[in-house]
Amino acid sequence: MSTVIDRKDGVHSPRRRALLQVGAAAAGGLLFGFETVRAAADEAGRRGSGSVFAPNAFIRIDTHGRITLIMPQVEMGQGVYTSLAMILAEELDAAFEQIVLEAAPPNEKLYANPTFGVQATGNSNSIRAFWMPLRKAAAATRSLLVQAAARTWKVDPGSCSTDSSSVIHAASGRKLAYGALAGAAMAGTVPADPPLKSIQQFKLIGKPLKRLDTPDKVNGVAAFGIDALPAGVKFATLAACPVFGGSVQHVDDRAARAVPGVRQVVVLDNLVAVVGDHTWAAMRGLAALDIVWNEGVNAHLDQAQIWDQIATASNAAGAVAKSVGDADKGLAAGQKLEAVYRLPFLAHAPMEPMNCTVHVRPDGCEIWVGTQVAARTQAIAAKVCNLPLDKVIVHNHLLGGGFGRRLEVDGTEKAVRVAQHVDGPVKVIWSREEDIQHDIYRPLYYDRLAASVSDGRINGWHHRITGSAVIARWLPPAFQKGIDIDAVDSAVDIPYDIPNLRIEYVRDEPPGVPTGFWRGVGPDNNVFAIESFIDELAAASHKDPVAFRRNLLQGKPRLQTVLDLAAGKAGWGSPLPQRPGQRSGRGIAAQIAFASFIATVAEVEVGSDGEVRVRRIVCCVDTGIVVNPDTVIAQVQGGLIFGLTAALYGSITIGKGRVQQTNFNDYRMLRIDQAPAIEVHLLPSEAPPGGIGETGTAAAPPAVGNAIYAATGIRLRQLPIDRDILAGRRKQ
Amino acid sequence: MITLRINGENRTVDAAADVPLLWALRDLLGLTGTKFGCGIAQCGACTVHLDGKAVRSCMLPISSIGDRAITTIEGVGKTPIGASVQKAWLDLEVVQCGYCQSGQIMSAAALLAVTPNPDDADIDAAMSGNICRCGTYVRIRAAIKLAAKATSG
Repeated sequence: MSTVIDRKDGVHSPRRRALLQVGAAAAGGLLFGFETVRAAADEAGRRGSGSVFAPNAFIRIDTHGRITLIMPQVEMGQGVYTSLAMILAEELDAAFEQIVLEAAPPNEKLYANPTFGVQATGNSNSIRAFWMPLRKAAAATRSLLVQAAARTWKVDPGSCSTDSSSVIHAASGRKLAYGALAGAAMAGTVPADPPLKSIQQFKLIGKPLKRLDTPDKVNGVAAFGIDALPAGVKFATLAACPVFGGSVQHVDDRAARAVPGVRQVVVLDNLVAVVGDHTWAAMRGLAALDIVWNEGVNAHLDQAQIWDQIATASNAAGAVAKSVGDADKGLAAGQKLEAVYRLPFLAHAPMEPMNCTVHVRPDGCEIWVGTQVAARTQAIAAKVCNLPLDKVIVHNHLLGGGFGRRLEVDGTEKAVRVAQHVDGPVKVIWSREEDIQHDIYRPLYYDRLAASVSDGRINGWHHRITGSAVIARWLPPAFQKGIDIDAVDSAVDIPYDIPNLRIEYVRDEPPGVPTGFWRGVGPDNNVFAIESFIDELAAASHKDPVAFRRNLLQGKPRLQTVLDLAAGKAGWGSPLPQRPGQRSGRGIAAQIAFASFIATVAEVEVGSDGEVRVRRIVCCVDTGIVVNPDTVIAQVQGGLIFGLTAALYGSITIGKGRVQQTNFNDYRMLRIDQAPAIEVHLLPSEAPPGGIGETGTAAAPPAVGNAIYAATGIRLRQLPIDRDILAGRRKQ
Repeated sequence: MITLRINGENRTVDAAADVPLLWALRDLLGLTGTKFGCGIAQCGACTVHLDGKAVRSCMLPISSIGDRAITTIEGVGKTPIGASVQKAWLDLEVVQCGYCQSGQIMSAAALLAVTPNPDDADIDAAMSGNICRCGTYVRIRAAIKLAAKATSG
């Protein structure tokens, strides 16, 4: 890769280099939003810096030929820097190996995700949301470059072509590089509706290209937020009240101040931070503090109380999110089954713990962090410091995992409040314990399902989802008529042919526990509940789980196709190896989630001790047009592992108002020795791109649960799996 | 003052004896490639080599190291095995967010140094101390085998 530029934020080693220029965008060039790739060539000339052609918010071409692509979505492992760059480079006909990437600065107007209206990366929709806007922006830019060349050569623009960052006039054998045209291109007319390539014309899209961010991630060079080291930085760690909503009553800091390297103790209304010469001094200092907390109203809260509340809430009718036919009438016909499915709170636990480096000055604030919401990060700092937005500089970084945790700005808010009391920049790092005990948790869910079946058909279906409305807090305008559109996602669009159904949503906010988005969001809950219950219906109908689903998917050919393929590739129906002391089984799950069509087969072994070993997963995916196939496969593999962690281990519980888990010893993650073999098969498709990053997470738990049922005859309706039940030590 | 031999260079650190190597590397020496993940040797993000052996730097006091050679992710590429692991990681596009991968690569390189052709059980034993939240395990396993092939012949 020839496009290596200096790391802007690093201060230590001149040898450090980074492909990705992280931080606030440099001068100018941010002209108008992607929704309006239009006119204003004169504006471009005026607003350009003179040597930089910047026809829209995503592309800058300087007269030396350097092509910079501004990334409106953040890189947190999903490969989006590369896939968005591929989309831009494709329609621009830019030489991919010469492009330079830059993180978008905070700017809700220019870089809002079109789906949310917020500058946010999430919901598996980077490609879906930016697919057309980026293609149009790049195609319009290409058109301006062609016009400029045609004017220079005095030929018809239609007689020119483009390739590898050059405009070519084949008839006369002439060629001009984009850099040489950058000045002239400012004067052109931006076409209102630039022609886009056909799928057959794609040169980059669909190729398994190497990711642009990975070379620096194998040699220690890549800079995550936690790696920021502005000159003179001090190091801090903090403790919030262990009981949610509590406050500081009294702090005795004498012992802490005696710890070598401790410089300062910052006591705020609801948190305490220790600042030192290095993180260890800060951590030792924090441990040495004697803090008396005012635990407040949640001091006696426990998990049973939370479950009782949500169970009670789920007894009442909810807001109707979807109704087809007459559900009650349908439910009265045939064999009726009812079940309750439950999911626990979960922490995100990205490998990079929460952290934020802040320098508060009287006239401004500078922030180094990795965030999924750059503009909200800027806004919260501006609010805390009482500064105008433009006085807050946000250096966004690579994220050491996001998974929804970094869609929140609580970490930034706390760090800025601490930094207001510190002279110079301070890096605030949370311990892993603080990270797990002060997350914004995946909500717990309580799903009531009922259905009637006869002759392998579902006559009626009722699904009532109860859980907190994250949307109501995070994106209030999208919370309408009492329905959280995320909480009912993949439930209102249940793929099976059901003539009578009703989907309801009951909002129930758990006491004392903040809830937020977590990889897989609503579909995690709904795909688990639906696909497990469908399996129950198949069993009650004495039908094979694949055949039962297949029969009900006549109207969903894309899902039916992946279902057949997954069954075939997994050897559905063939005998599994039997090991002594192990019960083995296969389970299937099918889903439409994030506009992708996926079928997943899991093979499990269940030991007499109740331990579950997932041996193999086969996952067949139709996600529409694939931009970078290797990245899509990686996302499905990783998403499945994330889902397996949730299914096998994931549980956050509350006792005395506190999160009871502390670190990876008691909030377990799947490790390599438990990871199954995974096969991912992508189906070729010309449909618009679907989302992919969260699909595997939703897919794994029901496939595993159904496989456990196949192996043992035990239907687990709550995650994580209960080994006592599987071992026969306890009745369900 | 404590002198540490890191990636072939002597570096001095002015810090208390109990400071774990992790924080000396990251905060005092600017070697931020080694990552903090849990602080209790449960996740492996902080893995470095001490005389070629994989150790968790988050619980290793700097005073306990003496003159043993420290290798970090910044230096491991200078060894043939380290370079081959890094190349395999890129060839198979192992990395997702990348945060844990410094530790994964250090553990893998230490494994290959003593077990040039590891089988699945060897990989499980050497790598199960390293958590990857993105779930790159399938590719880590394949990349270790690829690197083994490249280095052994």
